[in-house]
Amino acid sequence: MSPSTSGPTAAPLCPPAEARRGSAEIRLDVERASYAYTSGEREAPLFTLEATSFQARQRELVAVVGPNASGKSTLLRLIAGTLKPLSGRVQLDGFEASQLDPRTRAQRIAVVQQESPLLFPARAWEYVLQGRHPYGRGLRFETPEDGTIALNAMAQVSAEHLRDRWMNKISGGEKQRVILARALAQQPLLLLLDEPTLHLDIGAQVDLLQQLRRLAEENRYTVVVVTHELNLAAEFADQVVLLHRGKCLRVGAPAEVYHQDLLEQVFEAPLDVELTPASRPRVHVRGKRAKSAG
Amino acid sequence: MRPVTLKRLAWTCGALALVLLATVAAALKLGAVPISVSDLLLSMGRVAIGRSDRLPTEYRLIVFELRLPRILLGILVGAALSVAGAGFQALLRNPLADPYVLGVSSGAALGAILALIASPHLPLVTPLAAFFGAAATIAAVYFLGRRGGQLDSGTLLLAGIVTASFLSAVIMFLMTTLASRDLRGMAFWLMGDLSTPQAVGVRSVLVVGFLVAAGAIYTTAADLNLLLTGEQEAAHLGVNVTRVKLVVYLGASVLTGLAVSVSGAIGYVGLLVPHAMRLLFGSDYRLLIPTSALGGAIAIVLADTLARTVVAPTELPVGAMTAMAGAPVFIYLLRRRLR
Repeated sequence: MSPSTSGPTAAPLCPPAEARRGSAEIRLDVERASYAYTSGEREAPLFTLEATSFQARQRELVAVVGPNASGKSTLLRLIAGTLKPLSGRVQLDGFEASQLDPRTRAQRIAVVQQESPLLFPARAWEYVLQGRHPYGRGLRFETPEDGTIALNAMAQVSAEHLRDRWMNKISGGEKQRVILARALAQQPLLLLLDEPTLHLDIGAQVDLLQQLRRLAEENRYTVVVVTHELNLAAEFADQVVLLHRGKCLRVGAPAEVYHQDLLEQVFEAPLDVELTPASRPRVHVRGKRAKSAG
Repeated sequence: MRPVTLKRLAWTCGALALVLLATVAAALKLGAVPISVSDLLLSMGRVAIGRSDRLPTEYRLIVFELRLPRILLGILVGAALSVAGAGFQALLRNPLADPYVLGVSSGAALGAILALIASPHLPLVTPLAAFFGAAATIAAVYFLGRRGGQLDSGTLLLAGIVTASFLSAVIMFLMTTLASRDLRGMAFWLMGDLSTPQAVGVRSVLVVGFLVAAGAIYTTAADLNLLLTGEQEAAHLGVNVTRVKLVVYLGASVLTGLAVSVSGAIGYVGLLVPHAMRLLFGSDYRLLIPTSALGGAIAIVLADTLARTVVAPTELPVGAMTAMAGAPVFIYLLRRRLR
């Protein structure tokens, strides 16, 4: 990871996906991966994620979208390697993700989860320094180098000023940055985020996605984001994976996935889809007024 | 930004060790028979140069056969309970966890009493039975404290408190129906008491057991910091969650079992001391575990000295002293969490 204090934050950095394709090898290869939750061995499965396949290169941002209980989080956990696929494979640079030992996995895959409450107060720098844990040995006293890496990680998400603040006393957007900085301190190849925009206002949401886009470029991450925000996914993702009731319905560029009838069927809501000049789809809710006017 | 370093650890522990030394000196000096500082130093010096035979008999008796063994026992018990408390707090992700509050001490006491009834003449069976009692209780409380597969803080505490009162009732039943020894001694022991002299074999088991169990917990200190933020998050950051939980579970059970088998159920030390150390030195477990061990030793030696002196020549059980200090703090911490 290269130290960087300033980066373009104003304009979204979204060159067309095709420009980046082929420039690098496949980093993440999800090949017909499936999973089933059961309450007992002989019971019928409570939830099944059917065979899902997609591939992602470095610098690519993949958005996983779908309604509640569509299998988004299950897919994320399969990619994170904390679940072992029932069938199929999830490979990161040719290694099966679930076969890696926890330390090695944490050096390659960083996961940003929906925030969990802290039991004891911690300062932001302590939190970010946790990202260095997979690199330590024994009692793992952090080296000065770990400190530098943690500070650089905070600088990359413009969170240096939060360094000495308490985690429970900063805003939701600020906290999300610190959590992201901890993931960066892991120096991973793959960055996974589970609904990172959940409690953020629209400004902080756009800001976060822009940062992810930029970080994918600068640090050559492969980024996978689970999100409910269809328009943010459309604007920032190279690929969208659409899940519905445990089935992977479609994988592709946003414009290939966002078809009006498909989205209406999946999300069970009246939706309009239009294409922006940059061939990014936009989703609108078709309200009653619009309906009567049309 | 001030990460924990080996240097900071050494300085902090060194300072606490000095405080402990001063506390021990005060505890040797104070008591029903006061001993002047110069006499204390003189007798210490004589022991140091190997001339303990030249000590006045009454000093040797009071300082080296009554007070010192009791102080050393207190140091071990206090350290064991505090490290166990800090361990349980991380294992259960609950800042109010403590061997006494969770009923683990009662479970260990029941195990110890059953062993005493079954084989009164085998001293080493008692700590072993106390360990099994502690381990079984924490397993029971852990599963009772879950709601919908999730560890629920309030339910866990309630499960612990109910388990403790149930086990206490069983202990009372056993004591009144089966035990042939005198009830006052048993009741005293149950409240937490350091005055019972321990056989040499038990002492060495205590020391070795403490070092192994506390050392095992300490090897997971860096992992425990992450475990406190949640099991999934810890796993994502490279922690082998299953292994760490098993080590802490067994280690904390051994520590509680050892402490209870020699001193009964001394309450709230495992709660108070780690919290005080967090306030003083921060919540990093790499610092918290050794400082808790030293702080627990200081706390128990102080409490026991008070227990010996406030109503001298009568003695209070040390558990009464710690409960008087600990219960209000527990309520305070509980109220602060609820707000």
